Amino acid sequence: MSQSFSGGVKTYSALFVFLALRAVGNSAMAWGMKQVPTRMSVNPSLYVHAMLEPFVAVGVVALILALLARMALLSLADLSFVLPVTAVGYVIAVVLGKTFLHETVTNQRWLGTLLIFAGAALVGSTTRRTSPPVEDAK
Amino acid sequence: MRWVLVSAMVCATVFADLLQSHEMKRAGEQSVTARGFARILRIIVERRLLLFSIACNAVSFSAFMALVQTEPLSFAVPASSASFVLETILAKFVLREHIDARRTAGALAVLAGVVLVGG
Repeated sequence: MSQSFSGGVKTYSALFVFLALRAVGNSAMAWGMKQVPTRMSVNPSLYVHAMLEPFVAVGVVALILALLARMALLSLADLSFVLPVTAVGYVIAVVLGKTFLHETVTNQRWLGTLLIFAGAALVGSTTRRTSPPVEDAK
Repeated sequence: MRWVLVSAMVCATVFADLLQSHEMKRAGEQSVTARGFARILRIIVERRLLLFSIACNAVSFSAFMALVQTEPLSFAVPASSASFVLETILAKFVLREHIDARRTAGALAVLAGVVLVGG
């Protein structure tokens, strides 16, 4: 297996894991916060209390793991590659909202979704890493 | 106040992403396995700039939360995409990434899409 092919597999695996974790994290957080009776304010104890709600806790853990997956992705590809391809998350959010929450999606939002998908596909077809190697001082 | 929050959110996001991109490339290629996640956590603890970048993520998130408390999402989401433009420009000049016509066109299409989705 060539090095660039295996690098591509690692990059798209990291992208897939990041998108999945963020979708799970955001959905669990949104669902869990609806179960929390008190409205959030600057009081930190309210946030700690909200974290006791199981869906919120799952959401927080998934979003922390999503941050780590994004860092792995940044170790494999350019920032200017990662930014557009991770925007596919917006497309997933629209599709999940339409499918599971039966949200109304306007034509404008569908057009936006199409543009994000096309743009991400275009960026995804470019070389994932173009920056010169960085010397590690460690 | 809305523009103060937008500026704080955009600046913090740009700082966080540039630092994470630079530091993670220095750390070498990482994987998304359980062992890979543990390794990334260790890398974060060992590198002060990565810790600082996570603090920037926290500032950005707080600014976004404060923004959506007073402004509609249809303003907050497109406003947050300003960081996208700034980061792509800085990726070229600071991180010395090669941004060709195809990547530029793709990034602009995504940017337009984000504005439409949020609007």
